[in-house]
Amino acid sequence: MTLSPQLLGRLALLSLAAGLLQIAAVSQVSVLGVRADLTPLVVMSVGLLCGSVAGALVGFGVGLFIDTALLQTLGISSLILLIVGYGAGRLRELRDPAHALTPVAVGAAGTAVAALGFSFVQFLLGVDAPVSLLLIREMLATIVLNALLAMPVYALVRRVLLPLLPGDPRRRRRRAYMTGGLSPISRA
Amino acid sequence: MYKQTVRRRRAVLALLVALSLTLLTAYFGEPAGGALHALQRGVLQVLAPIQEGAGVALKPVRDLAGWFGDTLHARSERDELLRERDALRQEVISNESAVADNQRLRRLLDLDRAGISAYQPVTATVIGRSPTVWYSTLTIDRGRVDGVRVDQPVISGDGLVGKITAVSHGAAQVTLITDHTSGVSARVVAPGANDRANGVYGVVQTAVGNPQDLLLNFVSRTSQLSRSDRVVTAGSRSSRLESLFPAGIPIGVVTRVDDEELSQYQRVHIRPFADLQRLNFVQVLTRPAVAPAARAQSP
Repeated sequence: MTLSPQLLGRLALLSLAAGLLQIAAVSQVSVLGVRADLTPLVVMSVGLLCGSVAGALVGFGVGLFIDTALLQTLGISSLILLIVGYGAGRLRELRDPAHALTPVAVGAAGTAVAALGFSFVQFLLGVDAPVSLLLIREMLATIVLNALLAMPVYALVRRVLLPLLPGDPRRRRRRAYMTGGLSPISRA
Repeated sequence: MYKQTVRRRRAVLALLVALSLTLLTAYFGEPAGGALHALQRGVLQVLAPIQEGAGVALKPVRDLAGWFGDTLHARSERDELLRERDALRQEVISNESAVADNQRLRRLLDLDRAGISAYQPVTATVIGRSPTVWYSTLTIDRGRVDGVRVDQPVISGDGLVGKITAVSHGAAQVTLITDHTSGVSARVVAPGANDRANGVYGVVQTAVGNPQDLLLNFVSRTSQLSRSDRVVTAGSRSSRLESLFPAGIPIGVVTRVDDEELSQYQRVHIRPFADLQRLNFVQVLTRPAVAPAARAQSP
């Protein structure tokens, strides 16, 4: 899929808004002791809607913004979120999933990859303190919470990007249903 | 055409991965005053007002979510508080005589008589929070211009919160005591006049993944600790190696003691007094931890 300058601009704004919203609001709201992480969901949504290159670029950008704004070790979130975005994009390019619940499954998987990847990198860099088994419970709870939020986040991202998308899975599915599956899959 | 698309996709992926790894390596290797750290502080300075504005605008949403959580917890919390009230009522009676002793001893030791206000606390609003369990950090809306400096202690109304680890012009980063890099020298204060556990020292560290469970390490197996013993900051124990934290700031209460047979030390679990999950305001102690005249000598 070709990334037009308008689409790139909108993706940049989306990344910035997602990062700010995560830091200023979502991270400070605890639901039954668990905090949602919107960043893998936004990156996953962009990957599913725009493909692997856009997913990877947005993942890298959002990760870099989060690491910079929170004075964390630069490069960790970028690396992990670009993998999430690229993976979601490749899923779209190879399988073209059109099921309505795809964002939920991919959102949960993306959050799991982000949480496990982050922990893995932390262990590689060295952890001075003992690690509680509750870390696993925390990760699982975040994955469940993010899975619940995946649909609305995907819908919001889709709404923002829709005017610039050549081939949206849901539109393709509807068109294929109406024309007996004779519609071209994508203009890209 | 297809091959060109594949090549471009792989090139972008390789470039971004290489860029991430380069950033990671460079950042990890450079000192705190390096270019990347300075860049981060600059970005924080630019973002702080935006974060602050967004935080104010989204406060009703946070409050609404907090209200749901509070309601769910209210019943169990009420029962717990009633039990705690009964225990504290008995404790207050036995403490009254201890308070008089304590004041006399404090005068003798010439320790902090003016309390926390002597450390010129600066009240700050929390404007950001790290989304991962690995970085237990907050961003606050006070910075260098307010007298905030790196390594200054941060407290809330309930107890110790953490310390300042980075400062920009108008904002600062607080690393919480639940961060895996954190360590605070602490001592145990037994309730009432009982001196069974008084004078036991250790280092408070975190158990990653459980913000409600801190660990008091390096406590000798011969020390007799029990539930409801309080843990406070130890403060300076040497005039040469000052602690960053003033003595006597509450950290938490002992919840469990693990006596490991093969270890020289026992592991003491502490529940922090400060609710580190729901901090809206904190105070930064902007004066040095211990004035030279008030340094306590090593016990």
